[in-house]
Amino acid sequence: MATDLAPPPTSAASISGHRRRRAGLRDVFTRYRWLYLMLLPGVVYFALFKYLPMYGVTIAFQDFLPFLGYSGSPWVGFKHFEELFAGPDFGRLLFNTLFLALLHVVFVFPAPIVVALLLNELRVNVLKRTVQSLVYIPHFLSWTIVASLTYILFAADFGVLAGWIRDFLGDTSKIDYMAQEEWFRPIVILQQLWKQTGWGTIIYLAALAGVDPQLYEAARMDGAGRFKQLWHVTLPAIRPTIVVMAILASGNLLDSGFEQIWLMTTSLNRSVADVFDTYVYYSGITQGAISYSTAVGLFKGVAGVILIFGSNWLAKRLGQRGLF
Amino acid sequence: MNSMKHKKLTTEYSTVGSRVFDVINVAVLVGLALVTVLPLLYVLAGSFAGEAEISSRPFFLWPEKFVTESYRYIFATDTFVRALLTTVVVTAVGTVVQVLLTFTMAYPLAKRYLPGRALVLNLIIFTLVFTGGMIPTYLVVRDLGLLDSYWALILPLAINPFYLIIVKSFFQELPQALEEAARIDGCNEMGVFFKIVLPLSKPIIATFSLFYAVGIWNDYMSPLLYISDPDKWTLQILVRQLVSTDAANALSQMDRTWVPPEQGLKFAVVVIATLPILFFYPFLQKHFTKGVLIGSVKE
Repeated sequence: MATDLAPPPTSAASISGHRRRRAGLRDVFTRYRWLYLMLLPGVVYFALFKYLPMYGVTIAFQDFLPFLGYSGSPWVGFKHFEELFAGPDFGRLLFNTLFLALLHVVFVFPAPIVVALLLNELRVNVLKRTVQSLVYIPHFLSWTIVASLTYILFAADFGVLAGWIRDFLGDTSKIDYMAQEEWFRPIVILQQLWKQTGWGTIIYLAALAGVDPQLYEAARMDGAGRFKQLWHVTLPAIRPTIVVMAILASGNLLDSGFEQIWLMTTSLNRSVADVFDTYVYYSGITQGAISYSTAVGLFKGVAGVILIFGSNWLAKRLGQRGLF
Repeated sequence: MNSMKHKKLTTEYSTVGSRVFDVINVAVLVGLALVTVLPLLYVLAGSFAGEAEISSRPFFLWPEKFVTESYRYIFATDTFVRALLTTVVVTAVGTVVQVLLTFTMAYPLAKRYLPGRALVLNLIIFTLVFTGGMIPTYLVVRDLGLLDSYWALILPLAINPFYLIIVKSFFQELPQALEEAARIDGCNEMGVFFKIVLPLSKPIIATFSLFYAVGIWNDYMSPLLYISDPDKWTLQILVRQLVSTDAANALSQMDRTWVPPEQGLKFAVVVIATLPILFFYPFLQKHFTKGVLIGSVKE
């Protein structure tokens, strides 16, 4: 059995073939002790910070009391889930989360595809590289910085964007748009577009670079102009990439992005700003409803898993390659 | 053949519709690039402008009167200087810890013959699909006694599973002959890793150091969750406090006689928090455009 454990470290040479066959597990550990030793810190990390919290979700089914711990707290079944689904917040949370997700799908998801196609049509290479270098930058800035820029640009008294909106609407009151419920969603979507569109093009540009030039040539021979080539050659070539990105995005439908939403939430816009992500923090950390907020988080996590497997299945049903 | 192709190309791109498209395309993309950088340039210019200028001129890229009042003010406050130092130290230490843990774990995982490797890999991949979530993770950090400790900003994020898998794939591509030679010379696996493999991995170590560093520098959620002592605030928390609330309040320990440049210091603190990223950006860009990270770094 142990004989097919090949390329062995040299220490293995000292072990006779006979003993190797019999020694089993202990022998394997001795032989690869250095590799296992190197694996150990990482395994401890994943056990502590990934798998222990996974075990920790059991408190969603308890009335968790810190001094009684995970094993001592009383079990209450689905009480917290019933409380969530029947409670006054659920409808608003679901609506806000899904509305933001819908806006994301309509505006933010296609933006990098469009920009990548435009960049692909740009024939001045210096210009193309310059534009790329600049539009990637916001990806590396924190949400705190993006939120700060928003505050500065939309500030009621001196913000340049606030001024433009006022002029455009013929609004004479010095209204603070950041505090208005109806401006929350447009601003959040604008931030996402600004921060992620450029970076999002990378993966599509990589796919576009891989298109066989002969396909374009063949299309040209058949009399296809630039726009026909775009439609019949370029788009089909990046379709698998679009599908993969769509599956990944669908797993994140209920993920509104904690940091961004939290930073943009004020006491005045909570009716439209509250989403599952920030609600977990609010109810768990601020209000101390440990078990209840864990139940909210678990609901979101399980829904995410179902969504990603579901859309993968759907993509395959529709004849695409899918993710796994 | 070649000349015909060339001719076809030129005719195709010289139609009126095509020309018009090119012009619009250039305009749109240049516009996008401007929309991206103008806010940053405005904040930079505003950080060197006086209060009066910020409130009277809606947008400018060069201050009429060049003043450094905003910077002198924030650097005179303990709160800001402490937050800046904290963030620099946590980022530096955290990056070393993260890179060390990631690379050390990736090496054995790259050895296809290692028994148990597949199990560990699958368990890692599973964490990409499902996590315990915010509150159970918070409880673990609390039970480990890490609340209000700088380690809470480092350890819970010590290994990024995406990065780990990319480094593992990189190690698998390395030529095995050198490693074999070192083993025959009597090196154990740890020696092979430190003497042979790591020196061969310098570019990829640089890449992931930068990505990890940007991650810690930008992290807002961890300090929000785990740090409640204002003396331990990081820069991101301070930026948030300064910009979205009353600026002077966040720096309350200040000398009361010095009237703070209320708006200007917001601009200045945003510039300071952005500068290191922009400084390292060219190095970052060199690596991510090579395609090593494509698709996997997307959050």
